[in-house]
This record gives sequence, structure tokens and C-alpha cells, in this order.
Amino acid sequence: MSSATSPGRLSRGDRLFLTLVIGLPLLALLVFVWLPALASIALSFTTWDGIDLSDIHWTGLENYAQIFTNYPPFWPAVQHNVIWLLFTALLPTPFGIFLAYQLDRKIRFTRVYQTAIFLPMVLSLAVVGFIWEIIYNPDTGLLNSVLGAAGAGGHIDWLGNPDLNLWAVLIASAWRHTGYIMILYLAGLKSVDPALREAAALDGAGGRQTFLKVIFPALKPVNVIILVVTVMESLRAFDIVYVLGGGTGSKPGMELLSLLITDNIVGEAGHIGYGSALAVILLLVSLAAIGTFLVQTFRKEDR
Amino acid sequence: MTQHSSFPLAARSPGRRRVVGGLFGLSAAALAAPVLTACGGGPGGDPKTVTFGSNGADATPKKAYAAVTKAFTEDSGLTVKTNTVDHDTFQTSITSYLQGTPDDVFTWFAGYRMQYFAKKGLASPVDDVWDVIGGGFSEAAKQLSRGEDGKYYFVPLYNYPWAVFYRKSLFQDRGYEVPATWDDFIALAKRMKKDGLSPVTAGYGGGDSWSVLGAFDYLDLRANGYDFHMQLMRGEVAWTDKRAVRVLDLWRELTPYYQTGGGGRSWQDAAQSLIDKKSGMAVIGLFIGQQITDEAIREDIDFFPFPEIDSAHGLDAVEAPTDGFMLSRKPKNEDGAKKFLEFLGGARAEELYMGVDPSNLAANDQAKTDSYNALQTKSAELIGSAKHISQFADRDSDPGFISTVVLPGLVEWLGHPDDGTATLKKIESQRSRFFTS
Repeated sequence: MSSATSPGRLSRGDRLFLTLVIGLPLLALLVFVWLPALASIALSFTTWDGIDLSDIHWTGLENYAQIFTNYPPFWPAVQHNVIWLLFTALLPTPFGIFLAYQLDRKIRFTRVYQTAIFLPMVLSLAVVGFIWEIIYNPDTGLLNSVLGAAGAGGHIDWLGNPDLNLWAVLIASAWRHTGYIMILYLAGLKSVDPALREAAALDGAGGRQTFLKVIFPALKPVNVIILVVTVMESLRAFDIVYVLGGGTGSKPGMELLSLLITDNIVGEAGHIGYGSALAVILLLVSLAAIGTFLVQTFRKEDR
Repeated sequence: MTQHSSFPLAARSPGRRRVVGGLFGLSAAALAAPVLTACGGGPGGDPKTVTFGSNGADATPKKAYAAVTKAFTEDSGLTVKTNTVDHDTFQTSITSYLQGTPDDVFTWFAGYRMQYFAKKGLASPVDDVWDVIGGGFSEAAKQLSRGEDGKYYFVPLYNYPWAVFYRKSLFQDRGYEVPATWDDFIALAKRMKKDGLSPVTAGYGGGDSWSVLGAFDYLDLRANGYDFHMQLMRGEVAWTDKRAVRVLDLWRELTPYYQTGGGGRSWQDAAQSLIDKKSGMAVIGLFIGQQITDEAIREDIDFFPFPEIDSAHGLDAVEAPTDGFMLSRKPKNEDGAKKFLEFLGGARAEELYMGVDPSNLAANDQAKTDSYNALQTKSAELIGSAKHISQFADRDSDPGFISTVVLPGLVEWLGHPDDGTATLKKIESQRSRFFTS
């Protein structure tokens, strides 16, 4: 744009360039984001088996009515998504921040710790699932062996018991999430001006006070990113549950909205309309969470 | 093997792609599918190559299919390009697979599941293949291979019965006797428990929850008969019917004798506990043989039919799912694919396959059975004596209904087996969503 000779008069090459640079992403955005989103919304008012376009039948709000009143896994899924959000926000996220703060103080072997804690994030999801499956196996798993619960009769069924399996999966997810948050926060901490710490030390602030009153507020941009990451990770929670659940959709005790969507859309005899309605519900929840958050943030910025 | 079937995401990309598609671009994927297929099918394939989509990802079936395709290549000069996909993933992605660019020939199951795709136009009729192979099949097998329009869409390879498996030496050592009736069965289970065994193995964790349907089907077939079972499967009677309630009541008698921790274990691990003599019995299919690596143990495995519950029905029904092949709707090499199907439906392919994987029975009557082991011979007799042959719940019914409604319901119920009223009510409330037309 700086190459334009005068505002409003662009050369032919410039116009072509601008058309391409703006047009292509716009087209991609429309085709890959907006069209599917709008099509999902439209399809959520229909029934469709996903094969012939002529088989799409309009049913109005029927899908939504069914989901809210007569779809047993729906409310458990909503509840589990909320638990997921609260758990991730209250345990692994603060823990990741805590680890980052400790590692930033240049203790010995800090690189080793960093690598060790960040490692799960580097591993492919399949490997993460594999590792936890080995840990949770009822007969030969590490956890039951350590607890002495592998014998006949005394099995603790970590992934099969509907009262336990959500927590088992949450631990596995936290294992990954902590390292992620830690590395993000560590990057933020590196950018904190050492003078700030010195000033705080001179004023007689202890380690905890320095962090809470000086460092934490100074890292607001990073905190915002971490909050967004945490909320997003919780709402889109899917992969690790899918892997640990055996790769075939929702299991009793581990229902999540994202899994219910795939249950209905992927597979034989798909219920595209029903699944789309579930997807729209998840979209609305996500938009509400992110919208609230953005409004809050920008309102403060404006002041 | 366990891990293999537990991590379809790891194993291949189509699974992941479907997942992503399902989550984000769900309707785009669906809308784009018909467009994509337009460029997929038709001519342009290599006339010397037939593509073959196989769900036989476990070691034994993979080796068996390799032997079959190798022999076909030697016979015909046509190369077979096999695309093997994990069993569970193959099933979950089948609809999109068939709408995309499927392989010319693909493995599939007989029954409602085959008819569904035939009805939707996602498979080609293979009547001319049947003109060649038809002589080798019984009327029952032919019936299983036809779509609702009367045309053939399916070439059977093998079937296998479900029954109650046990180790002969364990029964001998402990003086157990094969139970003939339900009361004997429960009494035997009770005795095994007292002897410190897990009476009935249980492994329905993760993607293996389908395996609980074997017990459900047999309880229903024995207590209420084949006709009621099929009505229930096809959504024609209410799941709150008192006959369905009775099935859960009977099941509840058996659940205290299930191996604990079944919800987190694969069927293979459960089968292993029978092989290791930690469990006494297993309600499972003949494919349990795939878990056996020691030939001496194979000799020691035996089975008895699921015991009689109501004398009006006796043991007249056998659950014996049939697996085989279908032709995709626009095969790239149609002539080659049909030649391949003719080969697959012939006796020789069956002999080659069973030679590697002795845990199934040839569907073609002309296949030699002299290499059968004792279990196969006994299985063939069991199936031969049956008045009714059921496929399996997820093949006799709408698979979506079974996998998203019935299975989660039954698995949850197995965690806390109560009188089942609430579970059956939940299932019933969903029935109309799947069986409307």
C-alpha cells in the first residue's frame, strides 16, 4: 500500500495485488468458515442422513426440542463441559503459572525441568493416549499395580467406571495442559523488565507479594492469552477423551458436547441435522463465553 | 493388538479428518461430498489394478487377506492394492468413505447394514458375479447377500458363531459340567466364583462396547425367541415391552459373576484372561481364536451353545454374523473388481483365507473343510443345526441407533445393574428418531 503513488490512485499491478491479497483469504474465510457455519445452522432445522441432498427434510425446531427434553446424554455433556472448564481453570492453569514462575528464578537444572514438563505437549496426541492407557489399564496398568488394585475383585476401573473416568481423563488432560501454560507464561516472564523486580525488592516486597502485586499485573497480555487458551481448550475438549474412550464416541460418564456431535454426524446412518443442532448449541456457548470475555477486555482498554 | 484397535486416531488420517470435519466443517464436508465423488469415480483407473479396502487390520486377518490377494494376482495378473484401515475406524467412517473415493472392492457385513448402503446407492449390484459363484452357496447365504430390491450386493466370505467358550482342561480339573439350562449356568457361575475365578470374562472398554451385545442378543433370543428379537432390532416393538424388561432381569442375575473392571478392558484382554484360566467362561464369537498364539491351547478351547432359557424356543437360534465384500458404486476398474469378487466368492479364496485364520467358517459350501480344526467343525454343526440365524445387534438393526443409544445405555446399566426400567425408557424415547420411515 505504501507503494501507491497517491491515495485513491492505485496502479493496475497494485490493484491486482490487493485483490489477490485480500480476496483470496476472504474467499477462503467465506468458503471454509462462514459457509459451513451457516450451513450447519440451516441443517440444524432439518433431518438428513448425509447422503442425498434430496433427502433433506425441514423439521423446524424439532431437533432442538428433542435435544433439550429427550436426549439423555445432553445434560450430562453440558455438565461435563462445565466441570472441564472449572477444573482446567482452577488446577492445571495456576499450576503451570506456578511452575513457570519457579523455573524463571534460574534454579539449577531449569532446562531439564522445562523440557520434562513441556514434553507432553510435544508428544502427539496418540502417544499421550497410549501412555495413559498403559497407566489406567485395569489388569496390568501402572496405577492399579502401585495401588495393589489389580487382583480379582479389587479392580479400580479408571476408564470404565462412569463415576471415575471423567476425572481420570481430566488428569491426563491436565498433564498436557500444564506444560503448555508453563511455556506460554515462561515466555511472558522473560519479557518482564528486571528493574521491576529490583524495585519491588527495594520496597521490601517478598517473593509472593512481588508476584501477585507486580509481576502478575505486568503480564496482563499473557494472562489474557492464557485465559483464552484455557476456555478454548475446555470447550473444544475432545481428542484425549476420544482416544482414551477407544475412539468410538461418547462413553457413559465421559459425554462431552463435541463427542455428541461426532456421535451423530460421523458413522453409519448419520443424523446430520441432529448433530448440526448440537454443533450450533456448542457454537452459541463458545460465542457467549468469548464474547463476554472480549467485551470485558476491550471495555477496560477503552477507558 | 489391543493398542492398535484403541488408537484409530494414531493409525491413520481419515479418522482424524472425519473428526475435524465433524467438529468444524461438518456440513461443508457433507455438502462437498457429492461434489467430490463426481471427480472420484468413473474411468481413469489403472486397468491392471484393483483397489481393495480392508478392515482386517489385526495381524491374523491382514495376513489372511494378503494370502488371498497374492493368489489372485498370480491367477489373473491383476495387482490388488490393499488399503487396510482399523476395524472400528472403518465402521465409523464408512458413510463418508463410500461417498468419497472408495476402493473398488471393500470388506463389509451382511444384514441390515449391507442393505442400507445398497438402498442408498452407495454400492453396485453384483448379480453377474453371482451367476458365476452362486452354485457354492446355500439359500440362506443367498438371502443374506441380496438387497431389498432383490439384487445381489454382497459376496460372503465367512461366518462365525457366538457361543460360550471355555477351557476343557479347566472344566476337567475342577469337575465343572457344561450347563444346559439357565439355572445350571448360574449355578456353575456361582461355583466358579467360590473357586476364586472370574466366572464370565468381561472386556467392553473403549471401542469394544459392542461386545456386550452378544449376551444381550442371546438372552433375548433364548427368552423371547427369534421373531421378537428381530422386531425389537427393527424398531417395531417398544423397548419398554415387558419381554425386553425380562432380558435385563435375566442379565442382572448374571452380572454379579462378570469379571470386574470390564468397562476399561479390551475384548482381547478379556479373552486372554480366559486363556490364562483366570476366568471360567466367555460369551464371545469364534474370533476368540485370533487371540490364541499357542497351538496347544487352541486344542484346549471348546464352547457350548448359550443355555436354554425358555423351552418354547430351546436352542433354535444361533448368532452367526457373516462378513464379506461389496463393490463400490463407481469402481475405477469394474471388470477387474468383478473378477476379484468372483475369486473371493470361490472355494479357493476361502480355503486360502481359512488356512491362515482358522477362527472363521467358509461361507462357500464347496470349500474343503478337511483342514478344519475341532472348533471349526463344531461351529459348522452348530450353525447347520440352527433354525434361525441372527447376525448381530448392530447388523440386524440401525447401527446408529445401536451405537449412540442402545450401547451407551446398556454399558451404563452394566455399571449399576438395576431393574433396567430407567435404561429401557431412555432407549425407547429415542427409538422414533431412528425408525420413522
